Amino acid sequence: MSVNSTPRIDLDVIADFVPEKARVLDVGCGDGELLELLEAKREVDGRGIELSQRGVNLCVARGLSVIQGDADIDLVFYGDKSFDFVILSQTLQAMRAPRDVLEHLLRIGDRVVVSIPNFGHWKVRFSLLFRGRMPVTRHLPYSWYDTPNIHFCTIRDLKNLCDEVGARIERATALDASGSRIGLSMPWWFWNFFGQQAVFVLRR
Amino acid sequence: MREGWVDKAALEADKPSGPVLHFGKDNPLHMEAGVALAPFQLAYQTYGALNADKSNAILICHALTGDQHVASPNPVTGKPGWWANLVGPAKIIDTDRFFVICSNVLGGCLGSTGPATLNPATGAPYALELPVITIRDMVRAQAMLVDHFGIDQLFAVVGGSMGGMQVLEWASSYPERVFAALPIATGARHSSQNIAFHEVGRQAVMADPNWHGGRYLAAGTRPQKGLAVARMAAHITYLSEPALHRKFGRTLQDREALTFGFDADFQIESYLRHQGLTFVDRFDANSYLYMTRAMDYFDLAADHGGRLSEAFKGTRTRFCFVSFTSDWLFPTSESREVVHALNASGASVSFVEIETDRGHDAFLLDEPEMFGAVDGFLRSAARARGLAR
Repeated sequence: MSVNSTPRIDLDVIADFVPEKARVLDVGCGDGELLELLEAKREVDGRGIELSQRGVNLCVARGLSVIQGDADIDLVFYGDKSFDFVILSQTLQAMRAPRDVLEHLLRIGDRVVVSIPNFGHWKVRFSLLFRGRMPVTRHLPYSWYDTPNIHFCTIRDLKNLCDEVGARIERATALDASGSRIGLSMPWWFWNFFGQQAVFVLRR
Repeated sequence: MREGWVDKAALEADKPSGPVLHFGKDNPLHMEAGVALAPFQLAYQTYGALNADKSNAILICHALTGDQHVASPNPVTGKPGWWANLVGPAKIIDTDRFFVICSNVLGGCLGSTGPATLNPATGAPYALELPVITIRDMVRAQAMLVDHFGIDQLFAVVGGSMGGMQVLEWASSYPERVFAALPIATGARHSSQNIAFHEVGRQAVMADPNWHGGRYLAAGTRPQKGLAVARMAAHITYLSEPALHRKFGRTLQDREALTFGFDADFQIESYLRHQGLTFVDRFDANSYLYMTRAMDYFDLAADHGGRLSEAFKGTRTRFCFVSFTSDWLFPTSESREVVHALNASGASVSFVEIETDRGHDAFLLDEPEMFGAVDGFLRSAARARGLAR
């Protein structure tokens, strides 16, 4: 969970999913870009948790309600259904226990928005298949030895995890390399191959 | 340099040069010890102007040995206000924009009723005849001062260390009267280790033969040696091992070699002695006993059936906690505990941990990251409160 510095195209997609004036918790909120966007665009009552001190300090200096904390440890302190939306943006893959984290998110939020970088994207597959190297792409910019992303998954993996924890996928979107949404009518395998990122809205 | 401090301190303790609010027999302070204290007085300072709808007031709560002179020179020492780097015109707590109130706490020694104040019943200083004062008592007294200004709701209550305890007590006791709370380097209770250090300090004061069972003012003496030792021990807890080592190491004081004696060979010894000596000239020993006791007794969860979240149930106050990585008096975990309790209560809370090696005292120093957090928090709170820039 490092501080996000590059603009992330999934943020606009997430903002579209969140209704006005919702109570929102952004888990792993980085420098607060999404929360600020949501407060400006959707007038949400936003809160955040961020692991890095630098990120938290940036958020608070921006006037956001953010606490320093570790999602792997601190989600237990949040009450059941205490938020309308809980957002985990590009962070699930950095959790020590992604399944436990997801369970907590479903408990805390009425709805949960999860976005992931897709490890099933064709470039990633080709990198492994032909170069024999762990992929380094625009969305996965780290080398294997310094990556905070310790639990990679594909879009299909996330879908399976949702089934396992009994989460209903209310909405889902995959984004291609240019950030455009991939047609809703496309089958899962297509998303899993051409989607660089995926955004799910979950409910239990 | 310290000429006249003792005389000035004695004068300020009873008849402060700044504003004082007197509460008569008809307006007693109901103390936790079960006593109704009357009459009593609070010495305070204000900066800036209260706006028409009285919505721009910030109450600043001072720490153990602090005072009301947050942004103006201290009348005893002549030094700048203790938070002058944060509070003032065009500063982060902008007195061109906010009405800042800071009062000497009840039990203090710079003009509010405390052990050095003359007891009207006897004509002699209260000494230990004043009931033990708690953080809640201090806050109740401050609330009476805030009433005096006709302020229903404070825009913010801000303070570090013991001042932070007062902030938490304010938010818990008067949730409707606190729009934003900014507790810094503090906790919801005093730890066993902190009580232990305070007890060392109190024992040092009381072991001084000049203490006279607390009646030293009547006896014409002052337990300076004991209070100096208390301050030396406490001062160590305000710093950190790395900062001490960085500043002093094992450097010798004005000498080439060890003297094989018990003079201050090391710089750190000389520094601590100086801290002790300057402190006793400006601070009352009995007041030190009362202040330390107030901190020791503070336990917000215990006041609410052992559940900290109950202390803030249903609160609409916006909170921002600040802690420092090297603070071992109020470590980050103490702040985090309150933050978790507030989260459980569904409160709006921010929590910033500042990386520094300057220990507990960092809250009084020039810490840009802390200033950034305070600035951002107060800005967004002011927006939410509708306070125009």
